[in-house]
Amino acid sequence: MTLADLRTGECAVITQIDTNDQTVLRLMVLGMVEGVTVQQGKAALGGDPLEVHVSGCSLSIRCEQARRFSVKP
Amino acid sequence: MAGRQQTHIPISSITTLPKLAGTVALVGPPNSGKSTLFNQLTGLRQKTANYPGVTVEKKAGRLRADKVLLEAIDLPGIYSLSPDSIDEQITLDVLLGRRADTPRPDSLLAVLDVTRIQQGMYLLRQLLDLNIPLLVALTMTDAGQRRGLRIDCEALSERLGGVPIIPVVATTGENLEQLRIALGAIFDTVESKREHSWPALRDAAQAVLNKAENSKQIDLSEIERALVDQQSILATELQQQIGESAVRELILQRRKLFDSAPALAQEARYGHAWAGQQLQGLIDEHQGLSHIGHKIIAFIQQPVPAMLLFFVVMFLVFQAVFAWATPLMDGIDTAISSLGLWVQTLLPPGLINSLIVDGIIAGVGSVLIFLPQIMILFLFIIVLEDSGYLARSAFLMDRAMRALGMSGQSVIPLVASFACAVPAIMSTRVIATPRERLATILATPFITCSARLPIYALLIGAFVPATRYVGFSLQGMVLFGLYLLGIVGAGVTALIVNKLLSKGERSGFAMSLPDFRLPNFRTVTMQLLDRVRVFLRRAGRVIFAVTVIVWALAYFPRSEAIDTTGLSGVDIEELENQQAANQLENSFLGRAGKFVEPAFKPLGWDWKVSAAVIAGFPAREIMVAVLGTIYAVGDDADEHTLAQRLTETTWPDGRLVFNLPMVVGLLVFYALCLQCASTIAVMRRETNGWRWPIIAWVYMTGLGYFSALLIFQLFS
Repeated sequence: MTLADLRTGECAVITQIDTNDQTVLRLMVLGMVEGVTVQQGKAALGGDPLEVHVSGCSLSIRCEQARRFSVKP
Repeated sequence: MAGRQQTHIPISSITTLPKLAGTVALVGPPNSGKSTLFNQLTGLRQKTANYPGVTVEKKAGRLRADKVLLEAIDLPGIYSLSPDSIDEQITLDVLLGRRADTPRPDSLLAVLDVTRIQQGMYLLRQLLDLNIPLLVALTMTDAGQRRGLRIDCEALSERLGGVPIIPVVATTGENLEQLRIALGAIFDTVESKREHSWPALRDAAQAVLNKAENSKQIDLSEIERALVDQQSILATELQQQIGESAVRELILQRRKLFDSAPALAQEARYGHAWAGQQLQGLIDEHQGLSHIGHKIIAFIQQPVPAMLLFFVVMFLVFQAVFAWATPLMDGIDTAISSLGLWVQTLLPPGLINSLIVDGIIAGVGSVLIFLPQIMILFLFIIVLEDSGYLARSAFLMDRAMRALGMSGQSVIPLVASFACAVPAIMSTRVIATPRERLATILATPFITCSARLPIYALLIGAFVPATRYVGFSLQGMVLFGLYLLGIVGAGVTALIVNKLLSKGERSGFAMSLPDFRLPNFRTVTMQLLDRVRVFLRRAGRVIFAVTVIVWALAYFPRSEAIDTTGLSGVDIEELENQQAANQLENSFLGRAGKFVEPAFKPLGWDWKVSAAVIAGFPAREIMVAVLGTIYAVGDDADEHTLAQRLTETTWPDGRLVFNLPMVVGLLVFYALCLQCASTIAVMRRETNGWRWPIIAWVYMTGLGYFSALLIFQLFS
């Protein structure tokens, strides 16, 4: 299961990250690392990008990158 | 004598003259309140310049810290010491002392947002390892309190080896005095042996440094960053500095530390684990009070309400541009015409009189009138930015922008270009994908910038009736339509660029979304004043110079023959006007205008309009100044406003020059044409060559010309 599959309001823990993507590295700097609990927010118009809440802040993540984060609810 | 006089100075005033103790750099993530705090601390004692060679703003100012003064600089916002843009690169280079123009700061003021403390701590770890005296200002504590968030600052300070942590509210200035006192003592605290946050990294860096050729000129922190940030500019430069055996050691140590995983990912993992550890048990978060404000914010952050709000606000702004600004503009207009009339009676008629009244006052004045309208527009953009709405709309619009070949982050430059395309094009640096960035750069000049506003306002004010439909002014609606035309032009252009350029590269978009907050009065006012200063400086220099040149071209050569011809007229005033018009037609400008007239006649423009449009190519608002000068020189009745003069202009056979198809064509021409040397220059710099600015100029000018041609030919 990946971050892209979470529904609005759902929480999950990041278990594994595919780091072969520059934007993913940037998201990791912003706090998206393994072991962190994330909460899915509302998606933008058209369902992409997603708003993800992580340790007190909101990040904008495109589905393409969200699929690279494996999560466990 | 001098010595004796000095003894009269009271002791108290000597002690209030503090001495400069050193430099302090403000560092922090974007939207952490860093600039607000900088403004609060330095007040109006600040200078804005560019870092030499790059167009990144360098803000510096003196700040009073208890009993001493500090020279403060506000560095571009960063999330980490791995730069992704030129702005972030500047911050890193200054912090490592790698810029010749800016010495390494003596101390750091880390500005961290308490509501995003995890992100802040991530950066703080890297800053602490730089080994520069450091102080933490914890901002947004009011927002934190409303959320029910509390951090034990004392315990955290102790865990970090005694780094002072001062909670402040940057917007209201709460607790600022305590921050000043702490800053005053920033060099006094004995540097306690702060432990390095990542001993393995420091050891690896030390091993590399030991093998480096000129190890005295290299700081350990520089090698640490080169170890982690493999593909960075810093790593490349450093490898040329340290010599072959140290480079081999660097590669060896990097492999030992990170194995095959990307070093940046490893650092992110390590840094966030460290930050979590430091904060463990020190954060007290309980459900904050939910009040009506939060509910409203939560509502307007949703996609559909946010979009609706944007269009409603934008529509109201264009109404305001005409409704609110009119009384102010009438005031300025009256002041300028009475100044002109007063000067005219003061000076003897002739050369100097004409230069001052018809050249300078009429030319510069006709642009100055638009200051109130431009201020309303800037106010709108500054509020959008300061409230966090702009970042939110980047998120909301990402999907739609991608359909046009741009990115959500293109929204920020596109909205900024309602003010001016130059800073807008510079702000495209945040767009990570080159193709999306190029599409945005080429789309940006279509958006109606504030320099187009004077032309629109002049022509709409003169030719669109001031009637109202359902309470809304027709003039405001026409203006709104022209802005929409710019937006459509930008969208279509981005789409074309996207179709022409090959795809294939992966696009990315990751950004931190700030919460909505009420804009701060002080920050908004200071930014607005800054913009007004820039506008007035332009009017005082470029436009002033151009009007003097245009006046000279319109005044010379004076022909005596004209003054005595055509004596058959009876009305003296009529006669004088006739003479003035003949003189103008015979001037250098008149002859040049006549020369180019055939190219623009199919668009319905006479030689005066053609000359003004051509003069407007370096900067489009010059067109209004030139029209002001041409019509002032060619008209002896100085009590007429420019708008009145335009409505009365006729062709030799008596037809009106400014008829509806011609005016609409001229407006559309201005909406589409790239008449701005500054935009072309910044495009060249940001795309590294002349190719794209030339393509953009030919494309936009051609589009403007043929659209105006089509409109005039079809409807006249």
